[in-house]
Amino acid sequence: MLNVSEIQTIDHDVVVVGAGGAGLRAAIECSARKLSTGVVSKSLLGKAHTVMAEGGMAAAMGNVDARDNWKVHFRDTMRGGKFLNDWRMAELHAKQAPARVQELEEWGAVFDRTRDGLISQRNFGGHRYPRLAHVGDRTGLELIRTLQDHGVHSGISFHMECTGLEILKDGERVAGLLAYWRETGRFVIFRCKAVILATGGGGKAWPVTSNSWEYTGDGVAMAYNAGAELMDLEFTQFHPTGMVWPLSVRGILVTEGVRGDGGVLKNNKGERFMFNYISERFAPETADTVEEADRWLKGDKTARRPPELLTRDEVARAITAEVKAGRGSPHGGVFLDIASRLPAETIKRKLPSMYHQFMELAEVDITKEPMEVGPTLHYFMGGIRVDPDSQMSLVPGLFGAGECTAGMHGANRLGGNSLSDLVVFGKLAGEGAAAYVGQLAASPRVQESQIAAAVRAATDILNREQGANPYVLHEKLQETMGKGVGIVRVKEELETALAEIAELKKEAETLKAPGASQYNPGWHEALAMRSLLVTAEAVARSALMREESRGAHTRLDHPGESKEWVSFNCVVKRGPDGDMQIEKRPKRPGAPGLVAIANAKIEDLESGKVGADVQ
Amino acid sequence: MATKRTFRVWRGDAKGGAFAEFQVSVDPGMVVLDVLHRIQAQQANDLALRWNCKAGKCGSCSMEINGKPKLACMTRMNSFGESETITVQPLKTFPVMKDLVTDVSWNYEQNRRIPKFQPRPRDPDGKYRMYQEDVDRVQEFRKCIECFLCQDVCHILRDRHGRDGNAFVGPRFLVRLASLEMHPLDTADRIPAIRDEFGSGLCNITKCCTEVCPEHIRITDNAIIPLKERVVDRFYDPIAMLMRKLFG
Repeated sequence: MLNVSEIQTIDHDVVVVGAGGAGLRAAIECSARKLSTGVVSKSLLGKAHTVMAEGGMAAAMGNVDARDNWKVHFRDTMRGGKFLNDWRMAELHAKQAPARVQELEEWGAVFDRTRDGLISQRNFGGHRYPRLAHVGDRTGLELIRTLQDHGVHSGISFHMECTGLEILKDGERVAGLLAYWRETGRFVIFRCKAVILATGGGGKAWPVTSNSWEYTGDGVAMAYNAGAELMDLEFTQFHPTGMVWPLSVRGILVTEGVRGDGGVLKNNKGERFMFNYISERFAPETADTVEEADRWLKGDKTARRPPELLTRDEVARAITAEVKAGRGSPHGGVFLDIASRLPAETIKRKLPSMYHQFMELAEVDITKEPMEVGPTLHYFMGGIRVDPDSQMSLVPGLFGAGECTAGMHGANRLGGNSLSDLVVFGKLAGEGAAAYVGQLAASPRVQESQIAAAVRAATDILNREQGANPYVLHEKLQETMGKGVGIVRVKEELETALAEIAELKKEAETLKAPGASQYNPGWHEALAMRSLLVTAEAVARSALMREESRGAHTRLDHPGESKEWVSFNCVVKRGPDGDMQIEKRPKRPGAPGLVAIANAKIEDLESGKVGADVQ
Repeated sequence: MATKRTFRVWRGDAKGGAFAEFQVSVDPGMVVLDVLHRIQAQQANDLALRWNCKAGKCGSCSMEINGKPKLACMTRMNSFGESETITVQPLKTFPVMKDLVTDVSWNYEQNRRIPKFQPRPRDPDGKYRMYQEDVDRVQEFRKCIECFLCQDVCHILRDRHGRDGNAFVGPRFLVRLASLEMHPLDTADRIPAIRDEFGSGLCNITKCCTEVCPEHIRITDNAIIPLKERVVDRFYDPIAMLMRKLFG
């Protein structure tokens, strides 16, 4: 019989799950507000997926083009998100990002500089002006190391290689977190007043993804199981440029910075095909000739942007269409050419890790040859539904920040808006948690029965005599999602995927991990599968419900954006009988001034005809 | 075309262990980490190893491959002879936890000892100004992905005396100290600590650390030697010593 009192217990005011940019920024905020703060992370400190972010961090500082300001950034974000973004979150983000970038500099980050010695900013898809603060093509590493080195002096307790399993509750409120140490396999109870989830997305449900093993939707599933609502999960971003060869690196990201710095996409006939895929919404602001696109690149402010810098959903769909039409590259992608656009030395200086990555992993010299690229599952726009200001979910004391939450990016995220999202909403979640903890009258208490049941469910995987292989189950799920819930979707295929997921869920109840609990990856994989299945099911159900094509969600049987659906979100919740419930919920309305800015012509916004009264 | 390859993988824990042999099929373009994952999925579900990004950016999959400290994700299978057996074992400098996973927590303790960044005030307009040529060197140091291969190969740390009592902080953290010391905005003075607490004098510049750095940071030439020079300028400059003697 399990004795819960023998399980290790650690007390904090706030526990942050995840040590990427959002988790670290949230923890720093909590600690600065004198709360006892613990960070629980699956990996070692500094290894979170944030290190993979390459291009930069969007903030309208106007260092390179003085015409930039938060309103233009806000407008770009809403247009990129196809107007499904939460108005308030997009506003907060655009307003607060510059201060968060400068704060990082004050904590030691060393961004690339302009000639005047200010933080340099680069062009990126969907951003009207050069807006991304960056460090070559390793901006994520700079962000995480800065927060890590600042954080270790902030009195935060770091609990490394520790995986969260379940949110513990006292009635409706958060009371703690059950987790296990990966090294020993022992369980640990964190007793706390608030939990901030900063666990990222769930890209590992797909066969081709830029995500690492950690991306199994743990936070999304834990929040769902605890009674929180999920939102917008149908919007899974396929980054247009992942590596396609060799097979073992398929999916690894090729930064959008390549295109920002002048790289062009070509098919096997040598055509710059993006000129054939300019949608109506972006036509007035996109170059329609090679000549104009090249003038823009040289800094001509009267020229319009090259079509290679359209938003990610548009570029990913164009690449898919070219490949389908038989104009793809030998390994099923298209060509991304920077070699013919810039001198070799410039490429090496501006894109050092891309040079390194292709040289070492694919034996391709990108200063001499084009890269082969194709879409890769990269990012979850959807996730836990939270209050835009406090970042609290429906469950009192349960907060979220970063990729595991929904709203900020709507139907499609602009490149560069993720790193800024992490620090803007990481800080807000920390503030929200501190405010919540401050008004709590009494400390919540964890319930032994909940802990005992959760521990039993986890150890059953080790103890049963035989059962399904977790690695095989994972492969089956990836196949299902790749086939049925991919870049273009259709009703029948989504239904088939849901039926397969139902079968996989049954199989998951019989998973068996051989070996003991000490550092046992088979067991870790089996536990992660439970989160991944919840996440995958929520994506498939939402994708089936949304009968239109918007941003990253493309329905072949419902082409084009519908006027009706722009006002609704798909909201997922765990039903009383444990079944997944889904609801078409009216979207939170935007303030009239914000709506006007987002819909304004750029000339009217910049001349002050629209939006001048909005502060 | 897939080929059959022989892998010898160290399996065990702090109490001891031995090499286990695996026959595994290898596809073109694979790296050592892919092969280890295949072993894990098909033959040894509980084989412990660390990895994250699989693109040489996070520094998690550090191990010794045919005796050399390397990132498994960046070691291509076609860098070996066609019939060569590949031997994989955990980092030797740090205590084994299980299989290929070692306890690297000592490094995190060292990081915590380093006095934090202390910037000068902002310019009147609320911004900081630094010029690219003044930050190039610091940016080189900040490329570090904390794979700890330099710590693993450093003979001072390998001998243990370096780690016992924290006499020597190791190349990774001398790089971090250099990135702070050369940061144009930083105002703190860490030179006495670099000599007394972090043991800069113990490094005898054999450059093994530089050789294994996957980010090609010139650890010895650009970070450690300049720090040693700053220590010497401060404490062992004969004219300054004379002046101190004469004028107190």
